[in-house]
Amino acid sequence: MFNRDRWFEILETIKNNKLRTFLAGFTVALGILIFIVLFGFGNGLENTLKEYFKDDKFNTIFISGGRTSKPFGGYESNRRIELTNEDMQEISEKFDFFIEGITPRVTISSEVGYKLKSNNYTIRGVGPHHQYNEMTIMMFGRYLNELDIMNKEKNIVIGRLVKQDLFGDEKAIGKYLTGGGRSWKVVGVFQDDTGDNEERTIYAPYTTMQKILKNTDEVDQIILSYNESIGYDGALELEKKLKAFLKNKKKIDPSDPRGIRLRSASKDLKENQDFSDALAYIILLVGIGTLLAGVIGISNIMVFVVKERTKEFGIRKAVGASPKSIIAMVLQEAIFITTISGYFGLFVGVGILSSLGDTLEKDYYITDPYVDLNTAVTATIMLIIFGAIAGYIPARRASKIKPIEALNDK
Amino acid sequence: MQNFIKTYMINIKGLHKSYQMGSNSLHVLKGIDFEVKEGELVAIMGSSGSGKSTLLNIIGMLDNYDKGSYELDNVVIKNMDETKAANYRNKFLGFIFQSFNLINYKTALENVILPLYYQGVDRKTREAKALKYLDDVGLKNWATHMPNELSGGQKQRVAVARAMVAEPKVLLADELTGALDSKTSKEVMDLIQKINEKGKTILVVTHEEDIARMCKRIVRLKDGVIVEDKKITQKKAL
Repeated sequence: MFNRDRWFEILETIKNNKLRTFLAGFTVALGILIFIVLFGFGNGLENTLKEYFKDDKFNTIFISGGRTSKPFGGYESNRRIELTNEDMQEISEKFDFFIEGITPRVTISSEVGYKLKSNNYTIRGVGPHHQYNEMTIMMFGRYLNELDIMNKEKNIVIGRLVKQDLFGDEKAIGKYLTGGGRSWKVVGVFQDDTGDNEERTIYAPYTTMQKILKNTDEVDQIILSYNESIGYDGALELEKKLKAFLKNKKKIDPSDPRGIRLRSASKDLKENQDFSDALAYIILLVGIGTLLAGVIGISNIMVFVVKERTKEFGIRKAVGASPKSIIAMVLQEAIFITTISGYFGLFVGVGILSSLGDTLEKDYYITDPYVDLNTAVTATIMLIIFGAIAGYIPARRASKIKPIEALNDK
Repeated sequence: MQNFIKTYMINIKGLHKSYQMGSNSLHVLKGIDFEVKEGELVAIMGSSGSGKSTLLNIIGMLDNYDKGSYELDNVVIKNMDETKAANYRNKFLGFIFQSFNLINYKTALENVILPLYYQGVDRKTREAKALKYLDDVGLKNWATHMPNELSGGQKQRVAVARAMVAEPKVLLADELTGALDSKTSKEVMDLIQKINEKGKTILVVTHEEDIARMCKRIVRLKDGVIVEDKKITQKKAL
């Protein structure tokens, strides 16, 4: 393999047979190029899909109360069910093993102002874990913490657009907003990928909200996130158990479809996962198909090349080339050409993908198309190996041909 | 006895060869006895189908034989594997073909170098040696030319140089003048005669009577047997 003379011989051969070299190289380079681009587009589609589902955490369950539709245990139907801090506490204790975090949500809408500016905003009373559920990203300051909850602090975290509306370019952290006749200290500013609505929200400790706005321990929603490792089936089971637990606690007919409402993304997650899997299979199929086409292409060319060179092999054998050296020559040349052109195709392909970037996002739903280097290199190596095999078979046959037959002009 | 054997460059006894053609067996060589001493210039003649090409292939280790024995310079040639045969071919034999069989993308010099390349001779030595042999056939100034820039006679002289460069014991020429006009044929045969005069053993397969007359001995084959084997008075080519 590292015989200088043989390399010299091969380079000489390549130099003197440019068309043949070009054809073989072009086939391989094109095969790899198409593979990379298609595979990259496939990955881009998958990225788009992921983008659509990234609003909230998937492992989240929203629980809220509703009105019963059946009488039960001495209660009439159409009874309004209210969830309380105590319900949350019990859920938290009973399902501790499955639960990653839990937070209530109390929502109101109120006029909030700073100096002369004021606006109507959604205000949510929540716990610290809410940040995880909404995937809230802090820009400045901090999120609400356990101390805020315990001490019923009048600290608030405001959305990016709230800050923009009220403060403009002014710093917001440490400033006081007025709302409901009280002052609220801004401790953090957040952003959220979901969009404008979310960023016009203000978060306050739920305990503070309950105390000064309603003076109850009722919550609108309980939001919990479960341990992802329990999987889809585990999540469905957990939902069932949660529902049963709350119905029992709130004295609701177990067969009543109303009363307690549970909303979760686990079903969406499952569908998204299935779709994602299907897409991955399609991408894989396209990739294998492209590679196969490349392999067939290089095989054809190798058969042609060996056929064209049969006479040359005969001459070489007549002057003392062993069959092995003929095969080695063909293989080494084939591998050399496919390797160089394969990597050329790879780099051009990757170059095309990265130059496309996000230009296809709007019209074709392809976000950030990419191919990870492992896949690309593996594909290239596969093409090289198959090219070598494709060259080996005709080369072996050619090497066995008797020189006299190969040299027969008849 | 030892001395007696040593005098033969090629020693063939009771050689049989048949080809399997489907269910039929084609008996091509039917008991050939044939010896060539060192320094002989032998013409092998016969019409097509006489078995002369098969005989040449066996002598050239390009084909196996079924029965009998074949010794080349006292080495028994029998059932060799391809790699060993290639090695022996490279050391013992030089081939010259009717259609020259130069590699068309290599220069005259590179074509002559090829046998030395397969011998593993280092680059400088083989280049110098090849150039010397090109000079011997009068083509030193054409060393860097491609085969398609050479005339038929020049091509065949390059082929002769290539056959000679590995310093083989025997030169095998298969219809070497078949593609040349009579004037060029004579020039090439003159070259062959000169090489022979320096002591090289040469076998020339031909169907042309006047080419055969330029050798020192004529062996005629018909239907797989030798029908005539006589020494002749050599006619000078030029």
